[in-house]
Amino acid sequence: MFDWKWDFAWEILPRLITATGNTLLAAGAGYAIALVLGLVLAIAQRTPYRGVTFVVREFVEFVRSTPLLLQIFFIFYVGPQFGIRLSPWMSGMIAIGLHYSCYLSEVYRGGIDSVPKGQWEAAIALNMTTVQKYRRVIIPQAIPSALSGMGNYLVGIFKDTPMLSVIGVAELIHTANAIGSEHYRFLEPFTMVGIIFLAISLPAAGLIRLIEGRVRRKLGLK
Amino acid sequence: MLDMSGFPIELSGENTPMVSFRKVRKSYGALTVLDDLDLDINAGEMVSIIGPSGSGKTTVLRMLMTLEQINSGVIYVDGKPLTHMPKGGQLVLANERHLRSRRADIGMCFQHFNLFPHMTALENCMEGPVQVLGLSKAEARDRSEELLELVGMIAKKDQHPSRLSGGQQQRVAIARALAMRPKVMLFDEVTSALDPEVIGEVTNVIRGLVSEHNLTMLMVTHQMGFARDISDRVCFFYDGKIEEQGHPSELFGNPQRERTQQFLSAVREAV
Amino acid sequence: MNFFDFVIQYWPRLLAGTGTTVAQFFLAAILGVSIALMMGLMKLSSNRLVRGSAVTYIEIFRGTSLLVQLYWIFFVLPLFGVTIDKFTAGYVAVGMNIGAYGAELVRGGILSVPKGQWEAALAINMSPAQRMRRVILPQALVNMLPPWGNLMIELLKGTALVSLISVADLMFETKQINGSTFLSAQAFGAALIIYYVLARFMVTPFMRWLEAYMARKMGRA
Repeated sequence: MFDWKWDFAWEILPRLITATGNTLLAAGAGYAIALVLGLVLAIAQRTPYRGVTFVVREFVEFVRSTPLLLQIFFIFYVGPQFGIRLSPWMSGMIAIGLHYSCYLSEVYRGGIDSVPKGQWEAAIALNMTTVQKYRRVIIPQAIPSALSGMGNYLVGIFKDTPMLSVIGVAELIHTANAIGSEHYRFLEPFTMVGIIFLAISLPAAGLIRLIEGRVRRKLGLK
Repeated sequence: MLDMSGFPIELSGENTPMVSFRKVRKSYGALTVLDDLDLDINAGEMVSIIGPSGSGKTTVLRMLMTLEQINSGVIYVDGKPLTHMPKGGQLVLANERHLRSRRADIGMCFQHFNLFPHMTALENCMEGPVQVLGLSKAEARDRSEELLELVGMIAKKDQHPSRLSGGQQQRVAIARALAMRPKVMLFDEVTSALDPEVIGEVTNVIRGLVSEHNLTMLMVTHQMGFARDISDRVCFFYDGKIEEQGHPSELFGNPQRERTQQFLSAVREAV
Repeated sequence: MNFFDFVIQYWPRLLAGTGTTVAQFFLAAILGVSIALMMGLMKLSSNRLVRGSAVTYIEIFRGTSLLVQLYWIFFVLPLFGVTIDKFTAGYVAVGMNIGAYGAELVRGGILSVPKGQWEAALAINMSPAQRMRRVILPQALVNMLPPWGNLMIELLKGTALVSLISVADLMFETKQINGSTFLSAQAFGAALIIYYVLARFMVTPFMRWLEAYMARKMGRA
């Protein structure tokens, strides 16, 4: 029944903390990939080349409509089938990066769309190149409204890292499972994992709201 | 708590007004909107309330409809307290149950009509009688069709509000309120959101109500000509108090107070 | 073995798995919508206890991942004496998770109904329950449908996790096939396509149809 063993909980804490570090690392790396790739996808959908926009659009829809878990398996197992060996870490990173880049591309698109049309026209009138236009005018204005979405997906990635346990990445759930199997006690490890998740994701969500408010005010958009 | 002993549990006697505000106060934080208001409206009377914005006119109606809570004082309807209920020989603030039973005597029409968009005109009118009064669908339909006929909207009874013009929607809204057979009807700037050419549709309906029915009516309006035509009495509100009131011919024709004169001349110039 | 031969040989298992996935989807959807309605309304309550319970539920289920919740319900709950079979644990976890996100959509939908509607309902003396049921919710429903479409896709994707507690859904079957044949590209590829078809050509069109239907009922089409 409900008999919590505090000494056991203390005993396994260091291992769980290491696993938390791994989890945050995996989340961070995946997020970094997603941030960059997402921007590429967003801008690719704005090119005037119909073929490109169509392919990118369909790709984004495909990735967003299928489970991340399945994509993780696909990348991990299909590689070897064609001779490419990917470590669990690499596969996990690529899968998360790819999956969330599609979500972020939508967030970026929303942000870019929210920039008033006049800004584009002003940039053209000043004879800016496309790169300058995006770098100096559009993206700085697109960021504030994209921020809350970007922040939410960071928290989302963190919460999705447990899926990497299925291909053997030693993150939180994997470790909790291992501890549970070794000691025949699942209550403490899983409950503590749950608490750790809450302890990280809730303040993170609050922090994101705070940052979004600050940036808005700083850019005079509030 | 406030001393409620100055307020009777019930108003009785031959000349009991239909609506009675006694020392009513309403404030939002530091802002006092109604300031110790005393106002009596007799049965069958049609009273117009005019005044500049922020004078508290709409608040009078909203408090009568229990959309806003009273801060002090008592409002009586048909002799019985509305905002309070008797308990142990004294008046205490009314609970939801008491409010619901007293609210049945009052009906209201809003500036923005507020028809239910997911129901047809007929369904809008039937909703109250069926759900709240417990009438059968057939009875409710008969009553509603009669009222829609009265306001001239019977031809559009199966239309949704999105298909009706502002004037048409407001007329349906009047029918909907009447379907509850209230004793007191409140009109909160019901023509202010209408295009000028359809204002007449609505004022004519109200005109009809005044002449043919024995309803007690309270109307907040900016239509001075209309108010002058049909009212038994006009109240000019300023700063949460009644600055001046009287028969329309007197108030409009010969305003006594300076503020009334200023307001009326400003309004005339705007026309 | 090329893709078409793969499908011809393994379609019974894929179909069986898909059937389980669809069943999990519907059950989780029903549970999720019910919880969302309940929690959304509770969060709008003036009673602090009621509101607090809703907030607690929503923050817990949104702050932890579905996987953690799934494992907790299936592995940890038995330690408190509550044992659930894996099929039930699956859709219950997904449903409870989606319900937490849906609650925010319900709340948003209700808050987006114009204030005048609340007042008009009060003016004809409706009780709060009547007002919510007859006037506010119907209008709120129409407003909240578009984001619910996205949530339904998330729900479908969420059901894939129940494979991790050995529920024999599409994901599980695919993994099994991969385990025995090592035809990873074919197996996982087929699964990806099936999920995509379910999402893009069944869930999304249905939600769009529902939006159009509700709009018509509101006389807005």
